[in-house]
Amino acid sequence: MIPVKFDYVAPTSVEEALAALGEHGDDAKIMAGGQSLLPVLRMRLNAPEVVIDLGGIDALRGVRDEGDAIVVGAMTTHHEVRDHPLVREHALLVAKAAADVADAQIRHRGTFGGALAHADPAGDLGAPALALGAQFVIAGTDGTRTVEASDFFVGLFETAIGDDEILTEVRIPKHTGWGAHYEKFVRVAHQWPIVAVAATVRGSIDEARVGLTNMGPTPLRARATEAALAGVSATEDGVRAAADLAAEGTDPPSDLNGAADYRRHLARVLTRRAVLEAAGAQAWS
Amino acid sequence: MTKIHLTVDGAAVSDDVEPRMLLVQYLREKLGKTGTVIGCDTSNCGACTVHLDGTSVKSCNVLAVQADGRSVTTIEGLADTVEGELHPVQEAFRECHGLQCGFCTPGMIMQAVDLLAENPHPTEEEVRLGMEGNLCRCTGYHNIVKSVLHAAEGGARA
Repeated sequence: MIPVKFDYVAPTSVEEALAALGEHGDDAKIMAGGQSLLPVLRMRLNAPEVVIDLGGIDALRGVRDEGDAIVVGAMTTHHEVRDHPLVREHALLVAKAAADVADAQIRHRGTFGGALAHADPAGDLGAPALALGAQFVIAGTDGTRTVEASDFFVGLFETAIGDDEILTEVRIPKHTGWGAHYEKFVRVAHQWPIVAVAATVRGSIDEARVGLTNMGPTPLRARATEAALAGVSATEDGVRAAADLAAEGTDPPSDLNGAADYRRHLARVLTRRAVLEAAGAQAWS
Repeated sequence: MTKIHLTVDGAAVSDDVEPRMLLVQYLREKLGKTGTVIGCDTSNCGACTVHLDGTSVKSCNVLAVQADGRSVTTIEGLADTVEGELHPVQEAFRECHGLQCGFCTPGMIMQAVDLLAENPHPTEEEVRLGMEGNLCRCTGYHNIVKSVLHAAEGGARA
């Protein structure tokens, strides 16, 4: 399968990319790693006249320490995120989820920012980003603005990024020493999750943050579970009651992989597993 | 058309390509490197796996223009043709009969080489997880996993 013809622009700076986006507007599509975009183009579900490839913008790659947060460049690959010492030390949940994205080949090309901007409800990075209270740095021709994770995910494949803007980096508040686990339920290997749960806990258990993947059109926080987990012991019985609240306030889809009720059931079971695993996993293992 | 310059299996090549041309098409149709095959064409099966700057990618999910200035290794560039010796992972697949119809094999071998470069002594589970992006419809995977483990025992390197 071959995409419809398009023109190709390969900027080497964010300014150049924004200028190209301003020039071509709705006719253009931004490409990060291309691992979600290229299948769409090949199946001709989308046919932009211009593809703007961010692959040549070195400034968008890498992870840096900014005191109380780490900052992940939008074009950092899942593979790099998984292995980065700063991510492992301060945002273990993100490293764990990045390790579980698709398969090795896709992780070598797919990017952190690209996946988040794509905002697939079954994507693996949204729930951890939301759970950790990430902030999204978005560049436009008038400068940059920062959007909280709770405002970033707007709907199905829809984010707060404007038509003339580009996601450049994601600030993740440090959660140093927090245990973490990403529990993903898939139909077959390397596929999108039917449901997944991103859990990270301080102590066992003083404080918890739980994000849900594919339990609605956007990633969700399991707020009731988080509140109920504070102060419980990290045992099967201790966690069960809190995990049973995980589906509260969710709006899961029904499709060929499972009905909404089944997804609610999965959310409860996977939350219990993820929290218990997180409580026992303060470091990468 | 866009001009690209890259290295493929050690040789410098340059061509004018349409931006929509996939890397796998470029390798097969422009360079005649048909050792890299197209399986599913949906980025699922991994049959088209090659190395781009030393790490594995699905070449049906990369544009040829994205490989500009970079280095590609295909299954055809793996063996030592001067000495006439197969790569240790190729040797292991032959030794352990890690294939039946052979269609997935180029991708399996390229992914196995990547896996062993990152983790030279994997457990069986790590092999199965590391190869999850490569599908085989014949073997049930057992001999493929054996082949990768065999190559690891023999000290296969990238």
